[in-house]
Amino acid sequence: MSEHVRLWQEGPELDGRVPPGSIENKWDDLRFSMKLVAPANRRHHHVVVVGSGLAGASVATALGEQGYRVSCFCFQDSPRRAHSVAAQGGINAAKNYRNDGDSIRRLFYDTVKGGDYRSRESNIHRLAQISTEIIDQGVAQGVPFAREYGGYLDNRSFGGVQVSRTFYARGQTGQQLLLGAYQSLTRQIAAGQVEMHVRSEMLDLIVVDGIARGIVVRNLLTGELRAVLGDAVVLATGGYSNVFFLSTNAKGCNVTAIWRAYRRGAVFANPCYTQIHPTCIPPSGSHQSKLTLMSESLRNDGRIWVPRHPGDTRSPDAVPEPDRYYFLEEKYPSFGNLVPRDVASRNAKHVVDEGMGVGPQKNGVYLDFSEAMERLGRATIEQRYGNLFDMYHSITGEDPYAVPMRIYPAVHYTMGGLWVDYQLQSNVPGLFVLGEANFSDHGANRLGASALMQGLADGYFIAPYTIGNYLAGTDRTAVTADAPEVTGTIADVRNRLSALLGIQGRRTALALHRELGHIMWEQCGMARTAESLSTARTRLQELRESFWNDLYVPGDAGSLNQNLEFAGRVADLIELGELLVLDALHREESCGGHFREESQTADGEAKRNDEEFSYVAGWTWQGEGAAPMLRREPLEFEAVRLSERSYS
Amino acid sequence: MWRSSIGKKIIMAGTGLIWIGYLLLHMYGNLKVFAGQEAFNHYAESLRTLGEPMVGHGHALLLARVVLTLTLVAHIWAAVALTRIAQQARPVGYAKFRPASGNYATVTMRWGGLALGLFILYHLAHLTWNVRVLTGAYEPGNTFDKLVVGFNNPVNVVLYLLALMAVGFHLWHGGASFFQTMGWRIAASRQWIRVLTGSLAVAIPVGFAVVPLAVAAGWVA
Amino acid sequence: MKLHLRVWRQTSAEDRGRFEDYELDDVSPDSSFLEMLDLLNEQLLEQRKMPVAFDHDCREGICGMCGLMVDGMAHGPIPGHTVCQLHMRHFKDGDRIVIEPWRVAAFPVVQDLVVDRGSFDRILQHGGFISFATGTAPEANSILIPKDRADTAMDAATCIGCGACAAACPNGSATLFTAAKVGHLGHLPQGQPERYQRVVGMVDQMDAEGFGGCTNVGACTSVCPKEIGQDFISQMNRDYRRAMLGGAGD
Repeated sequence: MSEHVRLWQEGPELDGRVPPGSIENKWDDLRFSMKLVAPANRRHHHVVVVGSGLAGASVATALGEQGYRVSCFCFQDSPRRAHSVAAQGGINAAKNYRNDGDSIRRLFYDTVKGGDYRSRESNIHRLAQISTEIIDQGVAQGVPFAREYGGYLDNRSFGGVQVSRTFYARGQTGQQLLLGAYQSLTRQIAAGQVEMHVRSEMLDLIVVDGIARGIVVRNLLTGELRAVLGDAVVLATGGYSNVFFLSTNAKGCNVTAIWRAYRRGAVFANPCYTQIHPTCIPPSGSHQSKLTLMSESLRNDGRIWVPRHPGDTRSPDAVPEPDRYYFLEEKYPSFGNLVPRDVASRNAKHVVDEGMGVGPQKNGVYLDFSEAMERLGRATIEQRYGNLFDMYHSITGEDPYAVPMRIYPAVHYTMGGLWVDYQLQSNVPGLFVLGEANFSDHGANRLGASALMQGLADGYFIAPYTIGNYLAGTDRTAVTADAPEVTGTIADVRNRLSALLGIQGRRTALALHRELGHIMWEQCGMARTAESLSTARTRLQELRESFWNDLYVPGDAGSLNQNLEFAGRVADLIELGELLVLDALHREESCGGHFREESQTADGEAKRNDEEFSYVAGWTWQGEGAAPMLRREPLEFEAVRLSERSYS
Repeated sequence: MWRSSIGKKIIMAGTGLIWIGYLLLHMYGNLKVFAGQEAFNHYAESLRTLGEPMVGHGHALLLARVVLTLTLVAHIWAAVALTRIAQQARPVGYAKFRPASGNYATVTMRWGGLALGLFILYHLAHLTWNVRVLTGAYEPGNTFDKLVVGFNNPVNVVLYLLALMAVGFHLWHGGASFFQTMGWRIAASRQWIRVLTGSLAVAIPVGFAVVPLAVAAGWVA
Repeated sequence: MKLHLRVWRQTSAEDRGRFEDYELDDVSPDSSFLEMLDLLNEQLLEQRKMPVAFDHDCREGICGMCGLMVDGMAHGPIPGHTVCQLHMRHFKDGDRIVIEPWRVAAFPVVQDLVVDRGSFDRILQHGGFISFATGTAPEANSILIPKDRADTAMDAATCIGCGACAAACPNGSATLFTAAKVGHLGHLPQGQPERYQRVVGMVDQMDAEGFGGCTNVGACTSVCPKEIGQDFISQMNRDYRRAMLGGAGD
């Protein structure tokens, strides 16, 4: 590690403020000991919520219901469009409705293990405890979860776990949960408790005397910049997968809110933990703007293969059995095509890198259902996967009943984010971070169907208490709009917008974003080495220079200017990319979604180094051009024992 | 409620239903023409004596006319109001617009309705107000004669048949709309509604059309 | 492939707007319609012109942010698809394509192809929810819902609020959108207490926003990316009638 010391400064340890006591009682004990704001006083507190996805909509709703004044911001034209809407699979809850041995403890254990022991144990236990309430809440809101004929809720098994604990609403669980939260939010908007601001983008955090006191928001339609002051600021702004340009995230997903908070002193934790999803549709050319995920369930019946000989261009049906390389089945006989996401993804990358990729771009592997159709009949396959096959057909123009599907991994979720303590408060007092935007619960890898659970747990059932505790416990002096920190932050934002518009170079934000994605995916994607990461560092620095010297943004900042919005987001993604690469470089171990080729077992599995790296890496901004400070939060495991994953 | 769009649709549905009922009775009466002059004129006279002696002479007919007039006015008022709302809902039209759905009947609902309204005026002028346009001399008080003489002019026959086509289209879409507006058209009922409204949309115009055709063909004289 | 595009350009709500013609070469048949517009915008930027503003986000047909009139058809010619999921292989080399924003008074044009659909949110603010506070929910399985009812509710709940229904309706009506939410909540036991109050509130707001009335044309369902059916409109009409004329007790 010593040769890297110049890349960062060492800082003091972070304290997660985990309550004492047994893991089962921590949350209850804390809830009892937290301070309350009297009902009549709540309307005197104004909370600023950025983001209207599951976490943002739910926290704004819950706070509004309690009587706080809430302002909620989203960049889309309606809060209902936040990217939570796109989650397909489902939401986990330890209801044990199937009587198959599930419990809070098992969900807790599965999540810790799934995160490859890089998450805070106490947070996850609380998440598992709360999981059951979320389902109750959803049903009461009118979320049309799938039902059995008897009228009871249906469950399925998801993401390779051994119990059926996933609740779902067709393939649109995220949409339905978001609409549930949106409906409740809508009710608070109608009641005047929540003031909703759509097409508004947070461009900076206002910090006064070290405390978060508001945000600077740009009205995307008029270009107006204004400070919104509050007693607490909540960021629920999602993940940063778009640092890879091509990802399954919505085009608008960005890191700006949390990146601006980072630059104002908030600690950014574990940026290198990114999740790759193995079953996405491969890019079809340079026009590609995003990738589409297809449910992982396809791997239950599809067989993954490539031609054994690189450069084999025969059509798939012309490749005889001996020339087909069923690489997962051959390498992992007991799990076969059902190995975990990261293992499947890396192996797909490996064969494509070896020149065995298929499709016009040679960038995919086959997912072949011909054997399953022979065995089960086309009708069964249609019934199980009909909608997915239709989606594939619509996007690629190929009929997956006739020719094998082509799939390739894509970035899907980011586990890293702003560091928060047990109360979901960042190191900046008054700044709370929820959902995918924080780092808290998924460690180095997230279990399927857990993202929705976390967003809603944070928003409905955790932050509403801990924010109240914060508001009740601190005596803040009033901040006025003319305070130098407020006017200064607005001026900073205005200058930055002018800077973007003033470059008047030749490259478009889209071209620069594409290049960013290319660097990140090639050098810091599914497999990382010290060498590739060093290359990435150099190239990202060059890219940042190119961005600030050669960017072209037309128009002005005084009206709707989609290119200006986009350019600002790309600038932040580039900076984040640099931190992500640094984090990946510093973490000389493989864990979860972070795979360092130097750290693998004899059979190519990720090899953790618990001795040296059992900590959360929290990065602190030290100023332009200065190496960031690394603050560690040691991870201690009392309730679960660390073990190694094995799938061979 | 009448201020809301659905309220106006309910008015259209309710008044439309009354008119469908009226058309069926009217058609039934018209077909008496085949029973001969005496039977037909007797029927025409019975419309005036209906309900006697409990109600006065011609009062039942008057009541029917009042109800029909009021429902027609309400029907037209709602249609005009909805049309105006629709126009205000899209002040700037599309440069290129391909209707995504709808058949001839749905598309001609408004123009067809207007045409029917004009025809009703002509029809009343011809047969009720006894305005002598496009018709020859007939024996006053002899309804049968008035009808035969009227349809001896081919222009009247053509106008009448055209109007009946409009009636058919209007019933086809309007009938289905009636069930939709009342909230009775769902997957389970869709098929029989199609059969019912389709039958009405054919039966009523045909039932009416046989009379002028028969006159024109000389079978009724 | 090569395309001739005729695109609506309008700098602001106050601007009267006009069509502009563009030629676009080298469009991949595998690209989506929005990726084709990305290409157009890169070309415009190269010419140092303002790119065409259009709304989009998830680009996988679920967020409802995108929506364009493509050659006179909402979301383009392929049924059951949003315009982000429409692929250029459905067009031919040399095609002329007219691209317009949604034209509905209640969706005023903001810029180019971007419209303001806030009216949809306001309709939902008049009852498009179940009134209950976080924390009061009973155990989930204490509310039994027959599978077919849950499925019907889900059919309605799939609405993505894109606005294509109103855009394609000859009357500029938001009836299908409103009916979808009324139908979603109205089919669930949790939605019953507010069922009639909800339908009146939402329908009245739909009218107040300046949407047209329904004349049962069915264009909305034809263009709906989620293919939400006409039955929900019928059921909303029924609920509204009962709320107004009685029968709301059953």
